Amino acid sequence: MKYQSQAVAKPYFVFALILFAGQILFGLILGLQYVIGDFLFPEIPFNVARMVHTNLLIVWLLFGFMGATYFLVPEECETELHSPKLALILFWVFASAGVLTILGYLMVPYATLAEITGNKFFPTMGREFLEQPTLTKVGIVIVCLGFLYNVGMTLLKGRKTVINVVLMTGLVGLAVMFLFSFYNPSNLALDKYFWWWVVHLWVEGVWELIMGSILAFVLIRVTGVDREVIEKWLYVIIGMALITGIIGTGHHYYWIGPEPYWHWLGGVFSALEPLPFFAMTIFAFNMVNRRRRVHPNKAATLWAMGTAVMAFLGAGVWGFLHTLAPVNYYTHGSQITAAHGHMAFYGAYAMIVLTIISYAMPILGGRTEGNSNRSQVVEMWGFWLMTVAMVFITLFLTGAGILQVWLQRLPEAAGALPFMVTQEKIAVFYWLREGAGVVFLVGLICYFVSFFVKGPQAQSA
Amino acid sequence: MPEKFSKNAARNIYYGGSLFFILLFLALTYQTTQALPQRDHRDQLTEAVARGKEIWEENNCIGCHTLMGEGAYFAPELANVFDRRGGEQAFTAFLKAWMAAQPLDVPGRRKMPQFNLSEQQVEDLAEFLKWTSKIDDNNWPPNIEG
Repeated sequence: MKYQSQAVAKPYFVFALILFAGQILFGLILGLQYVIGDFLFPEIPFNVARMVHTNLLIVWLLFGFMGATYFLVPEECETELHSPKLALILFWVFASAGVLTILGYLMVPYATLAEITGNKFFPTMGREFLEQPTLTKVGIVIVCLGFLYNVGMTLLKGRKTVINVVLMTGLVGLAVMFLFSFYNPSNLALDKYFWWWVVHLWVEGVWELIMGSILAFVLIRVTGVDREVIEKWLYVIIGMALITGIIGTGHHYYWIGPEPYWHWLGGVFSALEPLPFFAMTIFAFNMVNRRRRVHPNKAATLWAMGTAVMAFLGAGVWGFLHTLAPVNYYTHGSQITAAHGHMAFYGAYAMIVLTIISYAMPILGGRTEGNSNRSQVVEMWGFWLMTVAMVFITLFLTGAGILQVWLQRLPEAAGALPFMVTQEKIAVFYWLREGAGVVFLVGLICYFVSFFVKGPQAQSA
Repeated sequence: MPEKFSKNAARNIYYGGSLFFILLFLALTYQTTQALPQRDHRDQLTEAVARGKEIWEENNCIGCHTLMGEGAYFAPELANVFDRRGGEQAFTAFLKAWMAAQPLDVPGRRKMPQFNLSEQQVEDLAEFLKWTSKIDDNNWPPNIEG
C-alpha cells in the first residue's frame, strides 16, 4: 500500500464480510420460513429475521463503502488520511451500535425495543429498511459526520481527481438523504412520499456515484488505461444515472397517493434507468480490452466485470421488466419485486464492495500484486457460485412472481385466489430458491476460504 | 467514444443535467404536496388513526405484510384489508377476533405472532387501516385479494 493510513480500511472490510455472512444466514432462514411457515417460530418470527437480513445488508454495504473510501481516497489525493485515529474510533462506534441494534432485534420484541429506546418521544421506527431505533439513527448520523469530516479534510489538502470528488459527492448525498428517515408524519401518504427520498434516492441515485467511482478506481489500477478516458466515462455514467434516476423516483409514486401523471413521468425516466448500467458494462469490457497490462490480480478484474454485467441485469433489465405503470399495476409488491431487489442489490452494490475488497485486501496484507494463484482460483470459485446462484434465485423468484400475478392479481375478484392460497400453489419455486440459496452459501464459504489459502503472491505476466 | 466528445462536455452534462432534474423534482414535489390533501383525505386523519399508525410501526407489521404494495411479501396486503374483511359493518370486530386468535394453531402454516394489544390499540389499528384504505391510490390493487 502506498499510504500507511490506508490500513484503516482493513477492519471495515473484515467487519463488512462478517455482516455479509450474517445476512446470508438470515436469508436462508427466511427462505425456509416461506415454505415451512413455523420454522423457528416464535423464537425468530419472519419480520425479525427479515429486518436482520435487510438491515445487515445496508450496514455491511455502508462498512464496505467506508472501507473503500479510506482505501482509495489517500491514493487518489496522494496524501495520508486526515486522521486514521478518528477513522478507527468511528469504526468501533459504528460496529458496536450495529451489533447492539441487531441484538436488540433478536432478543426483545420489537415493541419493547421501541419502548426502551423512547420511540414514542420521536417516532422513526417500523418503516421498511428504516427499522433502526431512533438512537441508532442518531448514531449513524454522528458516524457519518465524523467520516465526512475526515474524508473531506483529506480531500481539501490533497489532489482532487474526478474519482474522489464524485465519491465525496455520493457520500455527502447519502448522508443528506438519510436525514429524511427522521421525518415520519402521521399521514401515511406523505410518510411514504418522503420515505422514498431515502430509499430510492440512495440506491438509484447517490449510491450509483459511489459505485461508479469505486469501479473507475479499480479499473484504472487493473488495466493501466489512461485516467482521462476513464474519467470521461465516469462523468457520462453518473450523469445518466442522475438524469434518469431522480425523476425515476416516480415509479414508486404510482400507487401510494400522488396523482396519475407520475405514471408516465416515472415510466419514461425509469425506462431509461438501464442506460447507465448498460454504459457501465460497455465501459468495463472496453477498458479491459484496451488494457496496457495484465494485472496479476485476475480475481479483482473478474469482480469488476461481473459487477458491471450483474448490475445491468439486476438493476437494469429486471427493473425495466416491471417499471411501466400498466405492468407494475399487476406486479407491484409481488415476488417480481423481490426478484428484482435480490439481483439488483447483489449485482450493483454487494459486488462492487467485493470488487474493491478483492483488489485492496491483498495490498493491505502486503501482497501488492495480488494473492497467490491458488487463492485466486478459490476466490473465483466463490465468485461463480455466488453469482450463478443469484441468477437462479432471481429466476425462481420471477417464476413465483409470474404465477402469483396470474393466480391472485389478474382474475376478477370472484376468480382470484387469496394471498395465502396462492403462496401454497407457488411453493415449489420457493423450494428451488432455497436450494439456490444453499449454493450461494457454498460460494460464500469458498470465498472466505480463499482468504486463508497461502502461497507465493501472484506475479505480473 | 469519439474524441471530439470531451471530458469537459461530459462534466457539463453531469452537472447541468443533475441540477436541472433536481430542480424539476423539487417543483413536482411541491405540486404533489399541494395536490395530496384532496387525495389522502387528511381531514379525516383523527387521533385514533395517528395512534394506529404508531402501533403499526412499533410492532413492525411491515416486516411481513405489504401496505399499498410496500413492505415484505410474506403476508397479505393490508391497504385493502378493510374492504376485504367486512368494511364499515364488521371490520373492527373482525380485526379484534383475528388479533386475539394469533398465532393460529396450524402446523407448517406461516405464523403471525401474538402482539398482546389492548382493545383500544386494536381499535386504533383498525381506524388506521380504514383511513389507509381510503387514500386515492389510483385504484390499486387490481382486485380485493390484494
